[in-house]
Amino acid sequence: MTEQKVIEVKDLVKKFGSFVANDHLTFDVYKGEIFGFLGANGAGKTTAIRIFCGLSRLTSGKVTVAGIDAARSPEEIKKRIGYMSQRFSLYEDLTVSENIELYGGIYGMRMKEIITRTEQLLERLDFTQYRDMLIRSLPLGLRQKLAFAVAVFHDPEIVFLDEPTSGVDPITRRQFWEMIYETASHGITVFVTTHYMDEAEYCDRVTIMNEGKIVALDTPAALRQTFGTSSVEELFVKITRPKTETE
Amino acid sequence: MTTAIEAYNLTHRYGKITALEDVGFSVGNNELFGFIGPDGAGKTTLFRIAATLIIPAEGKITLFGLDTVKDYRELRSRIGYMPGKFSLYQDLTVEENLNFYATIFGTSIKKNYYLIEPIYKQIEPFKKRLAGKLSGGMKQKLALSCALIHKPDILILDEPTTGVDAVSRVEFWEMLAGLKREGITIIVSTPYMDEALRCDRIALIQSGKILGINTPDIVRKSYSRKLYAVKHPEKYKLLLALRSIPLAQSPEPFGEAVHVTLADDVTPAALESALAEARLTGSVVEEIIPGIEDVFLELMQREKR
Repeated sequence: MTEQKVIEVKDLVKKFGSFVANDHLTFDVYKGEIFGFLGANGAGKTTAIRIFCGLSRLTSGKVTVAGIDAARSPEEIKKRIGYMSQRFSLYEDLTVSENIELYGGIYGMRMKEIITRTEQLLERLDFTQYRDMLIRSLPLGLRQKLAFAVAVFHDPEIVFLDEPTSGVDPITRRQFWEMIYETASHGITVFVTTHYMDEAEYCDRVTIMNEGKIVALDTPAALRQTFGTSSVEELFVKITRPKTETE
Repeated sequence: MTTAIEAYNLTHRYGKITALEDVGFSVGNNELFGFIGPDGAGKTTLFRIAATLIIPAEGKITLFGLDTVKDYRELRSRIGYMPGKFSLYQDLTVEENLNFYATIFGTSIKKNYYLIEPIYKQIEPFKKRLAGKLSGGMKQKLALSCALIHKPDILILDEPTTGVDAVSRVEFWEMLAGLKREGITIIVSTPYMDEALRCDRIALIQSGKILGINTPDIVRKSYSRKLYAVKHPEKYKLLLALRSIPLAQSPEPFGEAVHVTLADDVTPAALESALAEARLTGSVVEEIIPGIEDVFLELMQREKR
C-alpha cells in the first residue's frame, strides 16, 4: 500500500428525488489497499459503488477514480476498473475459456495477449481441466474464483467486488481472500463489500455507512479500539442499531 | 421431547448430480433446528422435500408422523414455508399479500394477528406499499408474516438471512426465538456459521451429506485438537509464515487472527519465537475455544481426504 490515491471522494451527494442516498461522503482510497465498504441494507453502498464505477451520475461533489473525473468522463472509468458482483459475473452458457476471451475482448485486449494470458491464468488457478466446461456445470466456489480472476484479467487499477463470497463454503471463502491479498500485493486496489463481519477484519481499512452517511472509517484494529468493542461485528451492530424502518 | 420431523435415507438427484445422499435426522417438537452449510450443500432440496413440494428419489420424511408424499394435503395447512427466493406477489401491497395468504388457508389476519404482531408491526406503517418496492429487510419480515398467518405447527425457513446485513440478522433470530416460545417447531438453513449458536441443535451439511448433528456446544467441543489464535498486524505475511513453519498445522485465517493447531509437544511460546525468527516479532499465540466454522473446516478437510 502506498500513499498514491486511486479513489478521491469529496462531498459526494446523490439524491433520488428528495431522498438523499449519499449524504456528503468524503474519503480517499490508496493504491494497493484492500478497502472494506460495509453498511446495513439500504445504507447507500450500492448507490455509491455505481457512481465509482461510472454507472450512475452524482448529484454534487467530486469523485475521481483512477485519476478520472466521474462527473465528466464516466465511460473512461469503466475501462480502468474491474467489477464483480455476487449476482451476475459470468455467462453460464459459455465455457471457461470463452468467458475469459469475451471479457478480454470487451476490454480491448489483443487476441495474442488474450491467448497467452488465458493459459497463465488457467494454470495459476489450477483450472486447466475446466477450460472447455460450461460455467453452468461448475460449483459456485469455482465460479466465484474464476469471476474474480476475470475481473482483474485486463490489469485494472481498481477492482470493485460486491459481496463476492456470499453463500460460498468456508474453504473457498478463505481461498478467495487469498486471491484478494495476492492481487492487492501487486498494487491493484481492492474495494469490497461483504456481510461476513470476519472478512471486514481482512481489510486494510473499513468504512461503515449508515443512512447515507459514513459513520466510521479506519483500520479494523483502530475501530475496535475507538468504539471499545472486541470485533468489527460487535461494532457494526452497535453503530447501526437502533434502526427504525423509515424508508 | 416428542418428535416433529423424521427423515430416513433421503436421496435426491438432478440428472447426474446428487443433491442429497442418504440423509437422515430427527427434529424434536418445538425445537429450533439449523442446517448449516454453503450454497450447493443440498439445503434447498431438503427443505422443498420437507415442505411437500418435491418427491424424493429415495427415502422419506414424516412430519408429526405424516408422510410428505402420501399425506401432503393434510400437511400443507400445518407447514409454514419461506423459500430462499422472495416469492410473494410483487404487484400486490404488503397488506394484500398477507390477506391473500390468510384467505387461502381459510383464516383471517385478525384471528392470528397476535402471532405475527411482533414482526408485522414493524412493516405495518407501509402496508399500502407494493411488496416489490420494499427493502430487503422488510421483504424478509413480510415473507415470514405470510408463512405464519395460518398458525402452522412447523416453520420451514430456507436461508432467511442470506444477503441480509448483520444487524437485521440479529433481529431476525430474536424473532425466531419468540416464535419458538409460541410452541412452533422451526427448521432453518443458513450459510452463516455464527448463526448456528442461536439453534437448539444443528446439522452441518456439505455436498448433499450431513457431516454431523448435535447441539452447537457439543459440535464446538468435537474439534479434535487444541486450537490457537495467532495475531500479528501483518495478517497476510503471518499466514504465509505459518504455512512455512512446520510447528504450526492447518493455519486458517479467521478475521483478525489465524487459527492453527500445534504439532505434538510444541508450546505457544515456541511458535511465538519461531515467528519472531521469521521477522514477525510480537506475534501472540493464545489457546481459544473452537467455533462452529473451525469444526466445519476440520470436517470438510477430513471428507476430502
